[in-house]
Amino acid sequence: MPSIKQIANNSISTEGNHANLMAIALRNANKLPDFRNLGVCVRTLVIVNFCVLIAAILQGNSWVSILNNLTELSAWAQPVLLISIILLYVLQPWLNKLAYRLGAVAVIALVLIVTYACNDLIDLLINAEPNPFKIRPYVFALTLAALVLYYFNLRYRALTPAIAEARLQALQARIRPHFLFNCINGVISVVRNNPKLAETALEDMADLFRVLMADNRDLVPLAKEIALSRQYLALEKMRLDERLQITWQVENMPPDALMPPLVLQPLLENAVYHGIEPLPEGGEITIKIHTLRHEVHFILTNPYLSSSQHSGNKMALMNIRERLALHFDVEAQLTTRAENNLYEVHIVIPYKKHNHG
Amino acid sequence: MHNNRITAIIADDEAPARSRLKTLLEDIGNVDVVGEAKNGKEALLLAEQHHAQLLLLDIRMPQMDGIEAAEHAQKLDSPPAIIFTTAYDAYALKAFDLNAVDYLLKPIRLERLNTAISKAHALLPKQLEAIKSLQHKRTHFSVNERNRILLVPLDEVIYLRAELKYITVKTAAREYLIEDSLTHLEEELAGDFIRIHRNCLVAKNYIAGLEKQHGETHEAQWLLLLKNQDEKLAVSRRQIQAIKDLKF
Repeated sequence: MPSIKQIANNSISTEGNHANLMAIALRNANKLPDFRNLGVCVRTLVIVNFCVLIAAILQGNSWVSILNNLTELSAWAQPVLLISIILLYVLQPWLNKLAYRLGAVAVIALVLIVTYACNDLIDLLINAEPNPFKIRPYVFALTLAALVLYYFNLRYRALTPAIAEARLQALQARIRPHFLFNCINGVISVVRNNPKLAETALEDMADLFRVLMADNRDLVPLAKEIALSRQYLALEKMRLDERLQITWQVENMPPDALMPPLVLQPLLENAVYHGIEPLPEGGEITIKIHTLRHEVHFILTNPYLSSSQHSGNKMALMNIRERLALHFDVEAQLTTRAENNLYEVHIVIPYKKHNHG
Repeated sequence: MHNNRITAIIADDEAPARSRLKTLLEDIGNVDVVGEAKNGKEALLLAEQHHAQLLLLDIRMPQMDGIEAAEHAQKLDSPPAIIFTTAYDAYALKAFDLNAVDYLLKPIRLERLNTAISKAHALLPKQLEAIKSLQHKRTHFSVNERNRILLVPLDEVIYLRAELKYITVKTAAREYLIEDSLTHLEEELAGDFIRIHRNCLVAKNYIAGLEKQHGETHEAQWLLLLKNQDEKLAVSRRQIQAIKDLKF
């Protein structure tokens, strides 16, 4: 049973960690959105089109005139919007390297240039006589570009503490105390008869806890997460021996794909705790990882007893889902299903490589 | 406990944990490990076979956990002393502390093991009661018959019928008598069993259908049909709808 002193120490280190994380979060409080993220693109489209609709409604005094306004506004706003999104997509790595203010100015300038290009083009196509009074589209484009950037910055600020918070939760919920004590117990029981195994086990434990206690806000290469998972499973294997069978199907995995750390390991921990341990003869955990059309798929299966789904499992899944959403927005998915006495977790994340700042 | 030698059974589903405990008991010297079990069921059978005086039970084991095994062990002719072992189980430990149930935290220390063994004893009624509240759902019923413990797996039980002081546990092979309360069992086994009458709980898996019987003098009576059983059970009027809702 932990003494009061131990509990106090724990809470102090947790607080310290928390403050540290918040500091990191505040230092990077301004950041341009990732223009290559599907969620960012969709949000931009929705915001701009919504503003166009509002403008059309405010200008019109009948349904017909509102519809006319909408057509007229869309005629020049849509091309500007789409071309801007495509250009921002292309220029994203370059924009990412700029300081926030400079980046924001660059984005707005880009939108204005696109507005100019599109306006002249449309004038040429529709109107032989160029309209001499052309300030309106520029004001509109400038306002919308600034508004969208402001929105994304606010959103980023709102979510950054959430990232830190989610990380902190991850840290606390990550390793079950049960597992820690089981591990130590495992090492103690082999230390007399098999000192070499005990040595390896302690090394694995050290590596595992180093990652668990590190700042895990940044994405890591898939290969690193796999290595960690293998160390974790080696420790469980020492405890469960032949009851734990593991099959890796990772020949077609992209080792350089970036993912949030500690996504696979907690899922494996759940698989062992809920899938293997309740079975007297044990069972098999299968891990399949492959790429498909610029996405990385993770499929984990383990034996399933209908009576063994605890709330602990749900909590871990919720935590992972939340962190995936924070990093990849709508581009990541986590689904689970249980059938034929098998429990399956399926994760899809976009295939991102380490190529920018 | 005794000055002479103590016979003990170790139960843990993890081999390293068993060997560690065995090593420690060898270090102590006056304990003979007469059996090693991978789950509660094996532990009970070994305890009976060897008339073990001490059971060291891990709380979390597949098939039958340590808590359920401890409960069944009380039906042995001379119930063994029980010491629970666990790596981490805050909920259970709180209950153990409150009721002075002996337990050891893993990794186990030699001196703690020594102390626990010297004061270990069979569970008192109050402790048994406290442990019952920790149990999730039993996997077996236990009956003491002719100085032997019979374990009846829960999934073989067709129905439970209250009769005066006892409850009849009916399986395809035969009937057993146990002492318990139907209300308590209904609560514990909710999900697998359904009440069909004031005095009867039936396993949902064994229900085959309903049959309406028209009496000549009085009104119609519903009867429950069971899979592979000739016996039909009376269903009380207020339970009819709940049974129909099962959609067997």
